[in-house]
Amino acid sequence: MGRYADNPAAIRALFRGNEVHRDVYVDQEIYRLEMRHLFANAWVFVGHESQTPNKGDYFSTQVGDQPVIQVRHSDGEVHVLHNRCPHKGTKIVIDRAGNTGKFFRCPYHAWSFKTDGCLLAIPLKKGYENTGFENSDSKKGMRAVGEVRNYRGFIFCRLAEIGISFEDFFGESLSSIDNMVDRSPAGRLEVAGPPLRYMHHCNWKMLVENQTDTCHPMVAHESSAGTAVKLWEELDMPEGTPLPPAMEIIAPFMSPYEFFENMGIRTWPNGHGHTGVHHSIHSNYSTIPGYMDKMVGAYGEEKAKAILDENRHNTVYFPNIMIKGPIQQLRVFIPLAADKTLVESYIYRLVDGPEQLTARTAMYNRMINAPTSIVGHDDLEMYERAQEGLQSDGMEWVNIQRLYEEDEDFSEEKVENGTTERQMRNQFDAWVKFMTCDMDDVREAAE
Amino acid sequence: MSVSRDQLIDFIYDEVRMLDEGRYDEWLALWLKDGHYWMPLDYNQTDPVNVTSLMYEDLFMLKLRVERLNGARTFSQKPKSRCHHVIQRPFVDEIDVAGGTYVTTTFMHYVETRLDEQFLLALTARHELALVDGKLRIANKRVDILNCDAAFRNIQLLP
Repeated sequence: MGRYADNPAAIRALFRGNEVHRDVYVDQEIYRLEMRHLFANAWVFVGHESQTPNKGDYFSTQVGDQPVIQVRHSDGEVHVLHNRCPHKGTKIVIDRAGNTGKFFRCPYHAWSFKTDGCLLAIPLKKGYENTGFENSDSKKGMRAVGEVRNYRGFIFCRLAEIGISFEDFFGESLSSIDNMVDRSPAGRLEVAGPPLRYMHHCNWKMLVENQTDTCHPMVAHESSAGTAVKLWEELDMPEGTPLPPAMEIIAPFMSPYEFFENMGIRTWPNGHGHTGVHHSIHSNYSTIPGYMDKMVGAYGEEKAKAILDENRHNTVYFPNIMIKGPIQQLRVFIPLAADKTLVESYIYRLVDGPEQLTARTAMYNRMINAPTSIVGHDDLEMYERAQEGLQSDGMEWVNIQRLYEEDEDFSEEKVENGTTERQMRNQFDAWVKFMTCDMDDVREAAE
Repeated sequence: MSVSRDQLIDFIYDEVRMLDEGRYDEWLALWLKDGHYWMPLDYNQTDPVNVTSLMYEDLFMLKLRVERLNGARTFSQKPKSRCHHVIQRPFVDEIDVAGGTYVTTTFMHYVETRLDEQFLLALTARHELALVDGKLRIANKRVDILNCDAAFRNIQLLP
């Protein structure tokens, strides 16, 4: 057995307020424990309901390392089932999305299941008579995850049967999802096309931390955003020439430190937080003609203005997604190993909103988040260098001390200087909590 | 003035050689100024604007891409990547002599390498070419990656 399993004291010792131990990024045992404890006990994003709009529509993905299926049942509800036949373990679906009709059928022995997972039929059923099959787990069919919640179209689940409630886990942080959805005059989003998929040979937490790291854009992205600004200036356009959409998107990455300091970071309990409290890199996008009128028609002037005045930059929902409300984008960081992470980057269209906003988010996605994007190249280079650098025995601790205060209380909402690393510390506070919440303290008590 | 099949085919061969040899300024000069380089995310994608693509770049973005490769602080290009195209003889799909426009389709294998890593992409490139002032130019280029829906690491140069 390793050093960390059922050893909450050892897990807690990996985070000492202003530093974290490198094992959280490089240790395979820690990765396995994250899958078993953190990703099982937290509420984790699965998909958007518009990915499965019709009865029988399904979408296969992973929650932590667990293969799951998001499926629309005959009653219209979205269910999340483990993607495993209760007979011999065969994955029921392997394509990323489709429609299964009224039931799933295992391709191996044709056991079939309703779209809520219940066992429907087994060929040659007589062979199970008087075998005690009625009392087996297999008789119950495909296993559902512990709990599922559809929050304004976004499907989250908790793998564990019992644990923290959805409301307690997210609390006030849901305001970022609310703002993203409220930007649709109909109060509804729809996924626009398949996600970008990007493979990172680094630990998943590096990506999550980078979402609220405001001290890297002007440095790491000087090669892309800085070059863009330089090229634009060389064009010597007349004063007041409006920036083309691509420049509107990329130029703010080169904003000075003061810009990021003043924009603020808000942290919520359980590891959630966002950059861009007062303004953000999304604040100065040009307006789309007719959009405000539609919003006023839907919400009234005051609320419409309040919705569009929010320009939150990146909101992290612990453990592994980030959303950008002002451009309806969601990135999910799916851990595959201690040093391997799959990123899926989704964009949504605003139902009843202008299509120009979909075009903007599609442009943002391919310019900033694609494996073919020059901005993405900057980031991945840094993550992979960090993953390799952490092998060094010269130092064991990673510093997340910026604007640290002793006895920080992460159970309260707080707004701070936008360059603080408090949100990273907030994430590790939650990390320790959910890693250890169902570990028994036997060993700790013995020490 | 008309363009022969051989001239169209030679143009495609010349273009990939410019990319492989890093002669990007010459390569940029091949483009019409309102052209787009499109790399779809989905195999049968028809809309480059309202859904995500791997790339959909105008000449400004392509210049930015090229300029960045030579930047002093382009850390992901220290050391630099190299690439290599192996192409089949292009198909000449459309010839409009009066309009001076041509369409070709080319199957190719693209190899990119940096440090100890090397990867291979199978590509189909569709070129819309135009004869302007007696010279062939790229009006638009679409590159479909065979496994466009796979999760890639960095693809840093131009397939």
